[in-house]
Amino acid sequence: MEVFEKPSAIIQMFHVSKRYSAKAALVDISLEVADNEFVFVSGPSGAGKTTLLRLLYMGETATTGQIVVDGLNLSRIARRRVPFLRRKFGIIFQDYRLIPSRSVFDNIALVVEAVGTKRQLIRKTVMSLLRTVGMEERWRALPLSLSGGEQQRVAVARAIAGDPKIIVADEPTSSLDHDSAEIILNLLKQYHQRGATVMIATHDTELIRSTGGRVILLKEGRVDAAAHLPAGTS
Amino acid sequence: MIIYFQKAVRDLRANLFLNTVTVITIALSVLIFSAFMLFFVNADGFLRHWIADMRIMVYLKPGVQPETVDRMKSRIENLPGVRKAEFISKSRAMDRFRDQLKRQSSLLDGLRENPLPESFEVRMDITARGWRNIEPVAREIESLNGVEEVEYGQQWVGRFIHVLNLIRVAGYALGGMFFGAAVFFVANTVRLVLYSRRDEVEIMRLVGASEGFVKDPFYIQNLIMGTLGGLLGITILYFGYRFIAANVAAELSTVSFQLIFLPFRISLGILLGSMFVGWLGCFISLRQFLKT
Ligand SMILES: Nc1ncnc2c1ncn2[C@@H]1O[C@H](COP(=O)(O)OP(=O)(O)O)[C@@H](O)[C@H]1O
Ligand SMILES: [Mg+2]
Repeated sequence: MEVFEKPSAIIQMFHVSKRYSAKAALVDISLEVADNEFVFVSGPSGAGKTTLLRLLYMGETATTGQIVVDGLNLSRIARRRVPFLRRKFGIIFQDYRLIPSRSVFDNIALVVEAVGTKRQLIRKTVMSLLRTVGMEERWRALPLSLSGGEQQRVAVARAIAGDPKIIVADEPTSSLDHDSAEIILNLLKQYHQRGATVMIATHDTELIRSTGGRVILLKEGRVDAAAHLPAGTS
Repeated sequence: MIIYFQKAVRDLRANLFLNTVTVITIALSVLIFSAFMLFFVNADGFLRHWIADMRIMVYLKPGVQPETVDRMKSRIENLPGVRKAEFISKSRAMDRFRDQLKRQSSLLDGLRENPLPESFEVRMDITARGWRNIEPVAREIESLNGVEEVEYGQQWVGRFIHVLNLIRVAGYALGGMFFGAAVFFVANTVRLVLYSRRDEVEIMRLVGASEGFVKDPFYIQNLIMGTLGGLLGITILYFGYRFIAANVAAELSTVSFQLIFLPFRISLGILLGSMFVGWLGCFISLRQFLKT
C-alpha cells in the first residue's frame, strides 16, 4: 500500500466571488495551493488573474466566499493584522513599481526596515539581497536608469526582502525580453527551492510550457477544470 | 526614534517649499492668536492696576457716634466685592489734606475749626467682578443711616470691561478661525505630500509595513512644523512687543503700569497648541487617505 502524504495547503479558496460594481471578475472559485508549490495562474486578458492574486494579500476583499492563507481566514482578519498577513507575501508586478525618486538601495531598504530589521543589519541585508539578484553594483542607481530586466531584478530582491512564505508575481516577465525573463524566472525558481510557494499570473503559454508546474486556468472569472492537468512536462 | 527623526528631517527638506509655506501659515495663526492673548494679558494687568487704585469715598453726616461708625464699617465690609473699608477721622482727613497741599498747607493754619467731614474709604476686590459691583455697592452705602454723600468716579471702567469682554469674544472667535484654517492648511499639505508619495506609501503597505511605520514619519514631520511655526510666531510677537514697549508704551504709561510679555505658561500653551495643529492636520489627512 502506498502511503501518500498530501502536502498541507497554504492557500485555500472556497466559493470565492469578486464583483466590481458593474461586472463579476471572479465567480465561485474554489482551489488550493500546496505549501511550496509552484503554480501558474493563466488565462486570457480580463480572465481575473490579477484579481485572484490581489484577493490573496487583501489588495481587494472578496465579495463572497472564504479565503484562508497560511491558517489566516481573511474574512475574519482585523484591520490592524493586515500587515501581518502581507508579510507572508512577496509581491512582484509587471511594471516593477519601484519608487522612482529613491535609489535601488533605498527601495529595498524601505522594505527591510518596514519588516523590522535591526538598524545595524539593514545595510548588510540590502546588499546581500542585491547580490542574490546580481544587482549589487547598481545599488546607487535610480530605478529609471536601469533596463526593464534590471528593474525587475531589483523588484524581486524587494519581494524576497521580508523572507516571505509566498511569492505572487503578476505578469512578471510580460514586459521583458526573453533573456531577462529567463533570469527573473530562474530567480523565482531559486526562491521556490528555498521552500517558498510561488504563484505566477501570466497569459504567456510559452513561458508555462518551458517552466513546468501546475496551471490554474481562468476563463471569464471561472476556473477552467480542463486545465488542472499539468501543463507541459519539459 | 532617532532614525525616525532623521527621516522626518530628510522628508521635510524634500518638500521644502510646501513645508516652509505651512510653517509660515502656522506661524501667522500663532502670531495673531498670541497677539490677542498679549493684549488681554496687558489689558487685565492695566485693569487690575486701576481697580487697585479705585475707591468709594463715603462722607458721613456730622456728629455720627463711634458705635455707629463701627457698625457701618462692618456692614460695608460685608457687601459683595468690598475688600476693605477704612475710617478716616476728621483729623486724619486734615492731615491728608495738608499733605496734598504741601507748601500751601500754611493756608490751613488760620482755620479755627476742622471743616472736613469724617469718611470711609472703601476699596473693592482687585478683580473685574469686584469692579462690576461698585455701583450697587455705592447705592447700598448711600442708603445707610448717617451717610451724607457717596462719591466714586471712573464709570468708564465698567464700560472698558464690557468692551474688553467683547474683544475677548472676538479674539476667541478669530483664534478659533485661524486654528481651523491652520489645521485645514496642514491637512492639505499632508494630502499633497501623500499624493506625491502615494506609490511609496502603497508599496510600504503592500510589503506589510505597520500603520505606525507608514504614519509616524508624517506625524513627526508635522509636529516639527507645528513647533517651528509656534516658535516663529511667538518670536515675531516678542519682537513686536519689544518695539511697542520701547516706543508707544513709554508715552502711554504715565501711571506706574508696565507692559509685560506673555507669561511662560501661556507661551508654552500656545506652543503646544500649534504642535497640536500639526498633529491634527496630519491625523485628518492620514485618516482620509489611508482608509482602505
Ligand atoms: N478595479 C476594478 N474595477 C472594475 N473592474 C475591474 C477592476 N479590476 C479588474 N476589473 C475587471 O475585472 C475583470 C478581471 O480583471 P483582471 O483580474 O485584471 O484580469 P486579468 O489580470 O486576468 O487580465 C476584467 O473584466 C476587469 O475589467
Ligand atoms: Mg492582469
